[in-house]
Amino acid sequence: MASVTLSEAEKVYIVHGIQEDLRVDGRGCEDYRCVEVETDVVSNTSGSARVKLGHTDILVGVKAEMGTPKLEKPNEGYLEFFVDCSANATPEFEGRGGDDLGTEIANTLSRIFSNKSSVDLQALCISPGEHCWTLYVDVLLLECGGNLFDAISIAVKAAVFNTRIPRVRVLVDEEGSKDIELSDDPYDCIRLSVENVPCIVTLCKIGYRHVVDATLQEEACSLASLLVSVTSKGVVTCMRKVGKGSLEPESIFEMMETGKRVGKVLHSSLQTVLHKEESLGPKRQKVGFLG
Amino acid sequence: MAGLELLSDQGYRVDGRRAGELRKIQARMGVFAQADGSAYIEQGNTKALAVVYGPHEIRGSRARALPDRALVNCQYSSATFSTGERKRRPHGDRKSCEMGLQLRQTFEAAILTQLHPRSQIDIYVQVLQADGGTYAACVNAATLAVLDAGVPMRDFVCACSAGFVDGTPLADLSHVEEAAGGPQLALALLPASGQIALLEMDARLHEDHLEQVLEAAARAARDVHALLDRVVRQHVREASVLLGD
Repeated sequence: MASVTLSEAEKVYIVHGIQEDLRVDGRGCEDYRCVEVETDVVSNTSGSARVKLGHTDILVGVKAEMGTPKLEKPNEGYLEFFVDCSANATPEFEGRGGDDLGTEIANTLSRIFSNKSSVDLQALCISPGEHCWTLYVDVLLLECGGNLFDAISIAVKAAVFNTRIPRVRVLVDEEGSKDIELSDDPYDCIRLSVENVPCIVTLCKIGYRHVVDATLQEEACSLASLLVSVTSKGVVTCMRKVGKGSLEPESIFEMMETGKRVGKVLHSSLQTVLHKEESLGPKRQKVGFLG
Repeated sequence: MAGLELLSDQGYRVDGRRAGELRKIQARMGVFAQADGSAYIEQGNTKALAVVYGPHEIRGSRARALPDRALVNCQYSSATFSTGERKRRPHGDRKSCEMGLQLRQTFEAAILTQLHPRSQIDIYVQVLQADGGTYAACVNAATLAVLDAGVPMRDFVCACSAGFVDGTPLADLSHVEEAAGGPQLALALLPASGQIALLEMDARLHEDHLEQVLEAAARAARDVHALLDRVVRQHVREASVLLGD
């Protein structure tokens, strides 16, 4: 992962500041940086979103393609995650350099979404055992400024919210052969409910305290962090410890509590922004990367 | 001829443009803070990002260092969702490697590499949405990014594609026009001197027509130059206001 090298003095400055609940950029320990979200930025996808969290810049594209359901789940569609850590973010990712991190993030995402309560996968089924929609969720990492997991989960949620899947009907004729008919109206589409889609909140243990939304510099001071995926109701659906250090059991519970609290606020503000943007309709001026 | 009429009798193309007309170009420099230089360009529905790192010390094997000039390292990748049909991998396939090589050739011709011996300049381009003319969009974005990084260049490099339909050369082909399978010419031009940094021609074209097509591509590239020049001047103006000069 992209990293910065800090001197001992810089680290002490950051750690001492956090103990006083004051971070280098003036935030408190439970504050996020300003998040910019824009949906529908790539027009040849079924849904897309761009999220900028400080210097972290994420673009997510969702493409719906028709496929066959998995054998063990004949009446469900599925989501496929792919994370491309492009060389744009840092030269270390050139060639195959970003593959490890990409796979790690993609696995984390698919673990969160494989939970039945996250997305209604049955809505993606067209005809059980034969056809279903496969949603390819492709994450493109454009700039890396710390707290990748949170930014990516926000972007994925926004992109899934924006996804429109064309409505299809299965027609059965007299001989029993099936035909798939696509609706004539391009606006006739299915949308997935993102009500229960969780967001990841990463809590970085720095000194005796923990912070949310760590910058690259703060990540360099932290030995271990906890990923908590929280739904809008504050339910924890997945948890993972990352980093080379170790954590005490008590601090894990403390971090979980913070994660739930922060996650709820994050969800409600994201929902507000998404609905607000949606209400502007097709007349909305798209900013994309030109703004 | 296929069912689709690429050029109507009235002289209009499928998307309503005239033969020599470009698609709308919008660009921005300095998109990212962490890279040394970055730029974003939209040419119609083709969207590309370019990032430049360097000149810096050679990364990896020292043996790659050139004693008399800088090494220009290019990587082309195109997002898995950029094309109509989803791509399986963003880079590493044959087309991306070839594109990387072409970009490298183009920029070796333009960057004053002899000023930075034993160092490396990385140019990474990323296509976000592909709708024809990806090579041209990448070159144009990369030029802006190299300028944003402050790497000395001989001149802008401006690229444009051109095709040939019914005896008329068409500038800046869209995906539909590319897919129709006529001859296609990609040209990268150093506009001040009129020198050609890269020329590639696929499919068969009669020798007599080549000059016309080349002329159309060069004219389009000069138009692109005028636009990019405006973008750079605007960017410099904004930057100097911020610095309080």
